[in-house]
Amino acid sequence: MTATSASLRPPVSPKRAGFQSVLRAEWVKFRTVRGWIAGLGVAVLACVLFSYLVANGTHSGTCTGTGTNCKSGHPFVPTGPDGQAVADSYQYLARPLTGNGTITVQVASLSGLISSSPVNVAPSLSSTRPGLAGWAKAGLLLTPGTRQGSPYAAVMATAAHGIRFQYDYASDRAGLPGAVSATSPRWVRLTRRGDTITGYDSTNGASWHKIGAVRLPGLPATVDVGLFVTSPVSFHDGTGHQTQATGAFSHIALAGKVSGPWHSRSIGMSQADFYPTLGAGSMHRSASGFVLTGSGDIAPAVVQGVLGTNTAASTLLLGLTVGLIALIVIAAMFITSEYRRGLIRTTFTAIPRRGRVLAAKAIVIGAVAFAIGAIAAAASIPLGEHLLTSNGDYVFPASAAAVVQVVAGCGLVNALTTIAVLALGTMLRRSAGAITAGIVVFVLPYVIGSSLSGSIETWLFRLTPAAAFSVLGVLPRSALVDYPYTFGNGYYPLPPWAGLLVLAAYTVAALAAARVLLARRDA
Amino acid sequence: MTDSLYAEWTKLRTLTSTAWLLLGAVVLTIGITVAVLAATHQSPGSGGGQDPTKIALTGIDLGQAVIAVLAVLAISEEYGTGMIRTTLAAMPRRLITLGAKAVNVAALTLAAGVLAVAGCLIAGRLTLPADGLGPAHGYALVSIAHSPTLRAAAGSVIYLILIGLLALGVATAIRDTAVSVGAVLALLYLPPLLAQAVSDPLRRHIEQVAPMTAGLAIQATTNLRNQPIAPWAGLAVLAAWAIASLLLAGLLLRRRDA
Repeated sequence: MTATSASLRPPVSPKRAGFQSVLRAEWVKFRTVRGWIAGLGVAVLACVLFSYLVANGTHSGTCTGTGTNCKSGHPFVPTGPDGQAVADSYQYLARPLTGNGTITVQVASLSGLISSSPVNVAPSLSSTRPGLAGWAKAGLLLTPGTRQGSPYAAVMATAAHGIRFQYDYASDRAGLPGAVSATSPRWVRLTRRGDTITGYDSTNGASWHKIGAVRLPGLPATVDVGLFVTSPVSFHDGTGHQTQATGAFSHIALAGKVSGPWHSRSIGMSQADFYPTLGAGSMHRSASGFVLTGSGDIAPAVVQGVLGTNTAASTLLLGLTVGLIALIVIAAMFITSEYRRGLIRTTFTAIPRRGRVLAAKAIVIGAVAFAIGAIAAAASIPLGEHLLTSNGDYVFPASAAAVVQVVAGCGLVNALTTIAVLALGTMLRRSAGAITAGIVVFVLPYVIGSSLSGSIETWLFRLTPAAAFSVLGVLPRSALVDYPYTFGNGYYPLPPWAGLLVLAAYTVAALAAARVLLARRDA
Repeated sequence: MTDSLYAEWTKLRTLTSTAWLLLGAVVLTIGITVAVLAATHQSPGSGGGQDPTKIALTGIDLGQAVIAVLAVLAISEEYGTGMIRTTLAAMPRRLITLGAKAVNVAALTLAAGVLAVAGCLIAGRLTLPADGLGPAHGYALVSIAHSPTLRAAAGSVIYLILIGLLALGVATAIRDTAVSVGAVLALLYLPPLLAQAVSDPLRRHIEQVAPMTAGLAIQATTNLRNQPIAPWAGLAVLAAWAIASLLLAGLLLRRRDA
């Protein structure tokens, strides 16, 4: 008898009773509900469909003059050596240099004008006031060519950031602090040795201090070296104003094999160029050297009001939200339907360690939601980019890292949200309560935020789970461009990882509360 | 009909969730309004264009979700528990049952809506003048003596009732709590999001036909010319949504097995 009853007992190996089998059980419970699998499909389709609607409905033209002369399409935006969008507009006075050489100059003064009218109105030199943008630049620049977006290295005096050695638009080293004035002029020097360019500065032209060096691979034998002046859009009282800078240079010394005369050019300063400039560039000789007047910037391109805020990721925001609603419903039902049907008692009889059940459910729903978010984003990004481009909108070029950020970010937003909703469902045990709470906490802050204005919106995207939408923030920003990087201008207040941490904090809090209640209450 | 009304009233009244949801709707509505009012500061000289009454009624945006859940639960939980079969056995004229539920949901929403809207207006009246949105700054005081504000207040209560009826109809058609809640909230909150994301004229059309954006046009008291839809016309659009959903619900209720 004993032998028979023992043989009836199924053989349970300790290994199979482990966490893996709990996980497997939850996965089977999930995948065998046809409605949920259909819901996942709905989530992906809804995400792609809404991204399509948003991208397709976005037409932004460019307006010139007083805003009445609008045409579709966007002006040409140069692309820098790393594939990023750049501004490349300046006044240049240069000579070709073959082989190694050194150019030295004294920047004697830097002054400028700021337009009184905002950036979307055609500027006029007659309505200006004296003043300088913080990143107004005057100095020496070496480049293989003046095509916009070419690689370069430059050493310059700036209005508010001291002497700087910059190259290839995004890289920057600080030199001597302080502004240029008649009483304290600045000396700058640029040396080419092979592919390596070195920048120096000096207060007296005698004792030199090296700021930095850069290797520009593939530099041709003959390059342009010379003087440049540029002056970016200055932002104050809420809008941008074009500016113009004038730099006076003296004591020019050029050592090396130079050919041809000095040649003055305005690069990227015409009406057709995207970067807003003030006036025409000019150059004249002075008693001791040259005076250059220029407008524009040599820096990464940020939104600046003229390019729009379109990225393929920005068209995803709505679709992500819609897909999230479907996933919230599924995540809540994943636990509440067990309570409704009484299956939870069977589950806890089979696996008395309730925390493991919750963990297994969280892993299953989190992994599924991550995959759905990533798939939907990966499908929507190329679609959105294609539609925006064919609508004539400017789309900031997305680096591979940005695409990974958005795809993985959408997956993580979905995963963290569904796990939190699963925890809410565990606490509330009712689908209606869990779904409503889930939508109110995780979707509504964004809905309400988009209908409010000003500082409330910024705080919503800092403190509520909506902070995690910052994973979609791939608009370029740069310390080298003074711009109000505000929410109203398309920039999220938190970096992506911080936004995800805010959401993760909500998820962890919900999971902890669910874990405590699960252990304390009867099922 | 009276018996049916009384039966539905008893069912709804004796659920603990009903009282909690009504309380939740009032507290959430007023709470959100108070939070928004606390964050509202109109700096002098930054231009007008604000609508004090609409700001004071912001809480309705969120409170309607709770009302919608209440309405969904009124029918979907009967399907969830199988109670619907007892109900329909006792009252075979199904449309009467649906009508009785609609009347009860509307009555409860009316009570909660009046409290919530009154609370919002009082909060707005007390705080907005100090925030630079009072009579001293050229704005009307939030008061029901001011006829557009009275219209916005009464309209907001009607809005909540219509949202309840819309949700009841959707839930009767779907018959599942979770899916119904998801569907109703998606129907309410997605079109405004879509409208934010696209440009005119599509945006304007969406705002004219979507239940939430059209219905909430009733809250506008200033700058009426620039609203996508006139206040009462907007509420009529929402009413059309509610009627259509109840008609569909009635049709399905008659034709399907319970």
